Amino acid sequence: MRSIEVQIKKADDSPRISRLCSKWRAALFGCLLIAWFALLSGPAPEKHLSVYSVAANYSLPLVQREGRNYVGLLELLEPLGRVSAKAEGNKWRLRYNNVQSEFQVGKTRARVQDREADLGSKFLMENGRGLVPVGSLASLLPRILGGPVSLHEVASRLFIGSVATHFTASLAGDNPARLVFHFSAPVNPSIATDNGILRMTFSREPLVGPASPTLTFGNKIIPSASYSESNGVAMVTVVAAAPVFATFGGDGRTITITPTSTPAQSTSAPTTSGGQPAAAGQPGTATPPTATPPPVPVFPAPRRYFAVVDASHGGDDHGETLSSTLLEKDVTVAIARSLRQELESRGITTFVLRDSDANLPVDQRAVFANADHAAIYIAIHASSSGHGVRVYTALLPFGEDDRGPFRSWTTAQHDILPMSQSTASSVASELQKRQIPVRALAAPLRPLNNVTRPAIAIEVAPQGSDVSQLTAPDYQQLVTSAVATAIAASRDQLGGAP
Amino acid sequence: MIPRHMVIALAVLLVAALGLSIYAWHVRKTVIFSPITAAHDTRPLAPPVSGPTERVVLFVAHDEDGTLRGEPAQIPMPSGRQQRAEELLRALVSIYLDRSSPHPLGPGADIRSVFLVDPGVAVIDLNEAFADTHRSGVLVEGLTVASLIRTVTANTQGILKVKILVDGKERDTLAGHADLSSYYDVAAVNQLATELQPGQ
Repeated sequence: MRSIEVQIKKADDSPRISRLCSKWRAALFGCLLIAWFALLSGPAPEKHLSVYSVAANYSLPLVQREGRNYVGLLELLEPLGRVSAKAEGNKWRLRYNNVQSEFQVGKTRARVQDREADLGSKFLMENGRGLVPVGSLASLLPRILGGPVSLHEVASRLFIGSVATHFTASLAGDNPARLVFHFSAPVNPSIATDNGILRMTFSREPLVGPASPTLTFGNKIIPSASYSESNGVAMVTVVAAAPVFATFGGDGRTITITPTSTPAQSTSAPTTSGGQPAAAGQPGTATPPTATPPPVPVFPAPRRYFAVVDASHGGDDHGETLSSTLLEKDVTVAIARSLRQELESRGITTFVLRDSDANLPVDQRAVFANADHAAIYIAIHASSSGHGVRVYTALLPFGEDDRGPFRSWTTAQHDILPMSQSTASSVASELQKRQIPVRALAAPLRPLNNVTRPAIAIEVAPQGSDVSQLTAPDYQQLVTSAVATAIAASRDQLGGAP
Repeated sequence: MIPRHMVIALAVLLVAALGLSIYAWHVRKTVIFSPITAAHDTRPLAPPVSGPTERVVLFVAHDEDGTLRGEPAQIPMPSGRQQRAEELLRALVSIYLDRSSPHPLGPGADIRSVFLVDPGVAVIDLNEAFADTHRSGVLVEGLTVASLIRTVTANTQGILKVKILVDGKERDTLAGHADLSSYYDVAAVNQLATELQPGQ
């Protein structure tokens, strides 16, 4: 009897054990699910503030403190003019051109030119960096800069002065209808297509949306488009019922969205709302369906950037000490940013190789320019000696011969040197047109000789004896706009460079 | 009673002693505040003035207009090919170290030696002070390099390429810009020297 009781008890326990096991399994599954989602979601994207101004367009990282977004005020003002800051105990004094401001850690009010300014939240200081809440920029910056400022706080976009680029969108043609975007300034968005949606992302352009964020066109293939902005970028999304592609025109001021299918194709191969070809055997197919997708428009593999602008020196390499407070490495970054602004405003995609105070070996600079297949490499230098601008091409060293398909590193520029010289001449004549003293010379300056693409260097000196002119935004813009105009004029020649 | 002539003689002696003291104090002060005293003057000695001289052309850089000018000079020249190249460059450097230099170099700048290696290679070895005290800039460094190479090659036959060392060692740049890591092609430097001539 006893043994039977034990067996019955054991038999009674088995469902409990299986329930326990199933609970453990469920918990384990839950944990795995959470881990999977955590892996998929990844780290939260870093927040940025995009700043658009006449002097430069740039992006700054935002830091979150006490549930608010903060930005370094010194870093924000640096590309815009002469700025310095000094921390003294709890106080942080900022001087922008001739405007003095004083901030106090933990205080929500600051003094700008002896007038109170409300920050809306506490001023913070971290390692000597003064941090202000992003929301305060709309009221704070007009006092410091002395001009209008427009802040799109939710989207983290800041417009300094009248720099906004506007656009209109309208349908053109009937068979098939094309959607044409007209922009008030040249733009160069990155474009992605996905399931009948074409998305244009404007990360550098100061694009602002129309009065209504959604535009409807009453067309079956391209029914609507919408404008949105977030985390420092603006986006225009075109919804289409057929695969579409974008073409640029009008010096970067026009983008045309065209359906890829011809009218004949559109009747023979109707598309789903997702823009994918209809499945075989679906009603409406007049021709035998094929298993393969329709041909995708093939574009030549684009280079990532047309121009690579290299702010020379950086980090431990100060370059020339232009004055007791001015280093060449700082001036080159400012000029490089100004040149990027000028080139991009002419529809030329531009990458600034050193956009911060970083050490970057010359070999690495050449490697990047070569790997990117940029149409033009422009190194920026600044000097206190002489007047005006010097435009340099490589003075090739006594090099080794190329070996088969491999080019000698020291004379990699050899084959393309005539094109570099022609570009340097164009730049020099454009500078001359603007009454800037200029010389075009060869120079033993690396990495010009290591670059396989057309490569020039620009050494900017003051027009007179005042070195501080090198930091003046109007002088920088005078030089960079001339350089950008010359590059834009040589675009076809450079774009076709092998 | 002291005789009158004795009083006059004593007064003259006192005035002379006072005057000499003031002069000695002034001279001492001048020596103390002089920027370069003989003990600290690291500038190289000028080339020897004795011996047979020869007419050569030195390519002198001028910062005021960023040019390179061929300037004839009469300098004592030794007979050895290598020593001649050294003397040429030392004569050039002495122009740059002069107070009225058109292209100043830092104190102590000098040419350690020049080696001529066949076939057609010249190695110019600068001292450390030359590079360490050199002003930074693409043009200013380019002028120095072109001036050195053009001066050597214009007065020495058969040089095709030139290497510049600093204190016997390879260096990336002269002062942050002019590349010293490779051999200079003399033909290319001659072309640059032409571009750098006044009026070009």
